[in-house]
Amino acid sequence: MLDVVLPVLVLGALALALLGAFRRISLWRQGRPSPVSILGGLAVMPRRYLVDLHDVVARDKVFANTHVATGGGFVAAAVLLILVHGFQVQSRLLSWALLAATVVMFVGALRVAARRRNPPARLSRGPWMRLPKSLFAFASGVFLVTLPTAGILPAGFGGWALAAVLTLVIAWGISEMFLGMTWGGPMKHAFAGALHLAFHRRPERFGGGRSTGLKPLDLKDATAPLGVGKPADFKWNQLLGFDACVQCGRCEAMCPAFAAGQPLNPKKLIQDMVIGMAGGTDAAYAGSPYPGKPVGEHGGDAHSPIVLREGRALVDAETLWSCTTCRACVEECPMMIEHVDAIVDMRRFLTMEHGNTPNKGREVLENLATTDNPGGFDPASRMNWAADLDLPLMAKRGTADVLLWMGDGAFDMRNQRTLRALVKVLRAAQVDFAVLGNEELDSGDVARRLGDEATFQALAVRNAATLGKYRFREIVTCDPHSFHVLKNEYPAFGASYTVTHHSTFISNLMEKGRLALGEWTGGRVTYHDPCYLGRYNGEYEAPRKALKGIGIKVVEMERSGFRSRCCGGGGGAPITDIPGKRRIPDMRMEEINSTKADIVAVGCPQCTAMLEGVVGPRPEVCDIAELVAAQLVEAPKVERQRQEEVMV
Amino acid sequence: MLLREGSKGAASSGALKVAALVSLGRHPVTGRGRRAEQDARAVELGLSLTSSEHISLIHAGTAADETVQAMRGYLGMGLDALDLIVQPPDADVLPALATRVMETRPGLVLCGSRGESGEASGMLPYLLAERLGWTLVSGVAKVEAVEGDSMTVLQALPRGQRRRLKVRLPAIATVDSAAPPPRQSAFGPARRAKVRHFELSGQIDAEAADWTVSPARKRPKRLKIVKASSARDRFKVAAAKAEGGGGQVVKGVSAQAGAEAILKLLREEGVVR
Repeated sequence: MLDVVLPVLVLGALALALLGAFRRISLWRQGRPSPVSILGGLAVMPRRYLVDLHDVVARDKVFANTHVATGGGFVAAAVLLILVHGFQVQSRLLSWALLAATVVMFVGALRVAARRRNPPARLSRGPWMRLPKSLFAFASGVFLVTLPTAGILPAGFGGWALAAVLTLVIAWGISEMFLGMTWGGPMKHAFAGALHLAFHRRPERFGGGRSTGLKPLDLKDATAPLGVGKPADFKWNQLLGFDACVQCGRCEAMCPAFAAGQPLNPKKLIQDMVIGMAGGTDAAYAGSPYPGKPVGEHGGDAHSPIVLREGRALVDAETLWSCTTCRACVEECPMMIEHVDAIVDMRRFLTMEHGNTPNKGREVLENLATTDNPGGFDPASRMNWAADLDLPLMAKRGTADVLLWMGDGAFDMRNQRTLRALVKVLRAAQVDFAVLGNEELDSGDVARRLGDEATFQALAVRNAATLGKYRFREIVTCDPHSFHVLKNEYPAFGASYTVTHHSTFISNLMEKGRLALGEWTGGRVTYHDPCYLGRYNGEYEAPRKALKGIGIKVVEMERSGFRSRCCGGGGGAPITDIPGKRRIPDMRMEEINSTKADIVAVGCPQCTAMLEGVVGPRPEVCDIAELVAAQLVEAPKVERQRQEEVMV
Repeated sequence: MLLREGSKGAASSGALKVAALVSLGRHPVTGRGRRAEQDARAVELGLSLTSSEHISLIHAGTAADETVQAMRGYLGMGLDALDLIVQPPDADVLPALATRVMETRPGLVLCGSRGESGEASGMLPYLLAERLGWTLVSGVAKVEAVEGDSMTVLQALPRGQRRRLKVRLPAIATVDSAAPPPRQSAFGPARRAKVRHFELSGQIDAEAADWTVSPARKRPKRLKIVKASSARDRFKVAAAKAEGGGGQVVKGVSAQAGAEAILKLLREEGVVR
């Protein structure tokens, strides 16, 4: 009986799954066009899956092995099942291989079940809780019906009663594993995930690369939507990316806004986008909600607004404004989903269509448009901090080895100390540098992350024109936000330069022996990685090398390097200032305090401001430039003469 | 429908028709063109009274790029169109504005107390009211209610004081900096909105042609010397009301007696000779 039922079951399920796949694809195709190579993408997909994705999954060793066993076992079992039972290929070898695959899958499913027994809060429940049972059903059912074909048991063993039971078990397993893949359910991640990897919007991220700059909006095209107002405004491969989410909640565990009790949970946001794409409400969502927002009150569809000016739709505006764009979620996501792109896309719509940037947003954006800096300071006073330093101006020199990009920290009295320290270091190393002076404008970082692409592009175009007038080898800046924007986002506006963060530049100077430095006698030092230097640009080593160069042994925090926690200062978050239960810098300072450090070294004006805003007692906050400048000693005369000769 | 309502009187029923006179603003520090702060408050006040289709934005001036760009700043607040009455650079815009207001017959004209560019004398609303024969109410902070052909407004006075006034419509109201701040100007609506150009022969301001214009200089200010020994005293001095000194409160007298009292004061002060 089984040899009649099984082929019908397997091939029928395949046909239905195929139908589901067409439906799913039509959901993605509601999005706007995005040019990707279909065949090329499919060709590189296995490599992206086995290498790039697995690298991220393998940060959790136990689960990585579980997934290899379950997923690998399943893929092998599914292919063999279709051959052996679907097309009734008579082969002892294939049957034995199928048995082996189901055993591997079964072992994996045991581990999945163990993890689901007492799951951590970040994992979604609901349908995900039945997944291990479905895996068992599939693995054990297929194992049992394959025993006769492998010749272990006689055909017809157990009679029709057993066959009927086995049919039911396999039907359960197959509907979860095959139908669930395309009609929705936990297994959807396998189908959508594979295609998401193939058609990823940032292919540069695979093979060890990095792609973190925001994509420009074409403002010249008056018909293109300004950002994303409804789910169908996303690019189709962004919608596909949302569908790939496995609800593992690694993003949730890393999100500083979520931890601070602000109404954002990256996992829920991605699920809300899936709801928006397919239509419905979030009532069935079974994970952690946005803090302070009950589940079941929001919903929408692909062609309705995501955010309403008044009332509830798919997502509330404050959810989108809670994000610090720290990229911790993106870094952590095993499916390589781009949360920050989606959030900024939706912010663009809120700012450029609704004109509804919260709190100080309006003021800051108006200041940027009228004074080229977010504080509304007189642009002619940009150089006031250096009135006594006699800095060489590019306008007079025309050329220099290094262009020192000051950033808007030039208006901030705290950051002026950092800048002065940096100038001291550059002079001690006899670096040939110049500044743009009052010609420099805000890089546009804040405007862009607040969704005001128009103001950003206006600033970018003008800055690019200024930079184009002069000749220099590289740009050095002590502001990672300017660094990121100049390095990764200006090339789209015709300004491609070598941009270096001051910590990298200083550590290079140290390596070349251009700095005479004394021994560190201060206390314990920990280092706080800025998001825009670390996760955005992969620079984790240089700041540590620079600190090592002055004899500091960095006491690492638990969250450091690519898992560093944001200070709360990115993405315009201090401007939009969405209330939560705690402040993000307070949480970060607790982590700093737990290292018992006397000094926390930073490399970013935003981090400095946010961490110095934490009430004491707390460690002193010092920029790397300040620490290095304090260690400078007079170089021996002979040495210096030699250096001068080298310089000439 | 609209026409019939209009024929019954500008504000007699249904939606109040509002015209906001908007000008080219200048940033106080950089001098860059922008929406003028108080004019934008006037538009915001208009938006709080009626829906955007019942508000007409009117600007009289040149059609220079900078002007049009600044006008888009007002349009980005959520309005569909702006009437730009093109005038020569040295024209007196008063006749043009009066003509346009008479054509559109709004129930209420709103504008900032004074402009940020040009003469910025703050005289325009007064001259316009005189020419139209309409009521003028200055320094409005809030419109509390519009009933039939009158409205109740709060007029801003120094030190946060307010005076409630009932004003007959049609009227011209100048908006004070105490009015609610203007909403953010959004790029999308600003880009889509229409700037409708109207050609109206300009009247050259002959008087202004003879003026010499020079940048304003800050006048020296007499320092207030505070002889106070404690922080409390210093605070009291800082928070003290300016002493009025003299004057009299005329209350509950006939209009004739009131007018005489005012005229007497104006004679004393040398305003009327």
